Amino acid sequence: MSELIVKSVSRIFPGVHGGKPVTALQPTDLDIAKNDFVTVLGPSGCGKSTLLRIIAGLDKPTTGTVTLEGKQITGPGADRGMVFQSYTLFPWLSIRENVAFGLRERGIAAKEKWDIVDSYIDKVGLRGFENHWPKQLSGGMQQRTAIARALANDPKILLLDEPFGALDNQTRGLMQELLLGIWEREQKTVIFVTHDIEEAVFMANRVVTMTARPGRIKSITPVDLPHPRHYTVKASPEFSALRLKLTEEIRSEAIAAAHE
Amino acid sequence: MQPLQPISARLRVLLGILFFVLFFAGWAYATLGGFVSRTFLADPLTMLQDGYDLLVNQGFAYDIGMTIWRVVGGFVLSAIIAVPLGILMGAYKPIEALLEPFVSFARYLPASAFVPLLILWAGIGEMQKLLVIFIGAVFQIILMIAVSVAGTRRDLMEAAYTLGATDSGVVRRVLIPSSAPDIAETLRLVLGWAWTYVIVAELIGASSGIGYMIINSQALLATGQIIFGIIVIGIIGLISDFAFRSLNRKLFAWRLA
Repeated sequence: MSELIVKSVSRIFPGVHGGKPVTALQPTDLDIAKNDFVTVLGPSGCGKSTLLRIIAGLDKPTTGTVTLEGKQITGPGADRGMVFQSYTLFPWLSIRENVAFGLRERGIAAKEKWDIVDSYIDKVGLRGFENHWPKQLSGGMQQRTAIARALANDPKILLLDEPFGALDNQTRGLMQELLLGIWEREQKTVIFVTHDIEEAVFMANRVVTMTARPGRIKSITPVDLPHPRHYTVKASPEFSALRLKLTEEIRSEAIAAAHE
Repeated sequence: MQPLQPISARLRVLLGILFFVLFFAGWAYATLGGFVSRTFLADPLTMLQDGYDLLVNQGFAYDIGMTIWRVVGGFVLSAIIAVPLGILMGAYKPIEALLEPFVSFARYLPASAFVPLLILWAGIGEMQKLLVIFIGAVFQIILMIAVSVAGTRRDLMEAAYTLGATDSGVVRRVLIPSSAPDIAETLRLVLGWAWTYVIVAELIGASSGIGYMIINSQALLATGQIIFGIIVIGIIGLISDFAFRSLNRKLFAWRLA
């Protein structure tokens, strides 16, 4: 059963200063089942972030509809949690208050709220940093907080827009394992946008690749590597084969994008 | 010297004091050395003497108190009106479109030019003094706050929306707290300007206050008193600025962390 249905969604940005309108996304269809982990892979500017923002309700499609559990999406809401590439913790709130933001907005009672908050702070390994300000934390820790903040709200679907894009390679690897571990234990529908092929394969049940602008879905590749996945799986022949296949698909698109 | 290279706290204080010393030394040299006529500029010692006389024999403390109360009164009055309006203007574009042109226009109306009108409208009582400061401060505060609220990071607003915040929730829990340090900084700046307006208000139609003392002293050619009055304003300004700044630093420690 599909939880999220994207139906012929496209996005055309009007031209600025009398310029030509830009088609960021061609009509796109995508069905995502409950507890699926889908990564969206594509070169920069292929419209993958636009697609994610439309699902989040932060942008409106020019055509088409997005429905979540049968309900059409018209704007952002707590049922779709989002983690951004930029650091979006509220700098005036402590880590603990940041994680509690959505719960407070929904008026959850104090005791229950702090129980939930502390459990997620534990899950992302930030115990001992609850009362720090975001500025005092490293980039990786800030993104862990952002994940905890989104998950504490118990959304039906978690949307991640290149959440580890600004992190160094080692931290990024650890963050992938952390997020995957949480997903394996708790089950959640996840859409994860990235331009990193290895990341896309490692995290996903299915990898959706997109063409260069104007973007559309090029292929959907199932990833049948067993769970729980350990980072060593990246060295397996199955993993390498998938990576090679996707590299070839993306490469031609990246070349097309570079020549635009 | 290396650009932007920080210096130690001690050296910073010392250098700050050094310039005051140089300033007073230059002034003392010019006046006590006989290079400037005493009619036009009193020397520092006369200034101190006159100041002592003002405080002990002429009840100048009362004047200082009156001026402070007018500044604070007018400033608080304008802040109460301007802060909410500025926030609304920064947050909601239709309100901005409605008010922004008028506020930008009103901002350039010189508060001092309103003094004769305000005397006509409000007499020469305290209300008139408060209104001069109010007119001088309120439009500035509105505009500067509107700009800082409108400059709130979009991604923080979007994050709040995806966490289930409502439109008014985003204003309350993102726009206001994120621009709060700028709002406080704006108020600190405008409080400084309020001191200029109050003196102007007191130069005409007042019977107390530092400005009143200054205009009285002019008739007596008591330049020592005038300079003492000006220096008192400077010292009060320095103290209030320092207090405001430390309060801001305490309230918005997250910015410095």
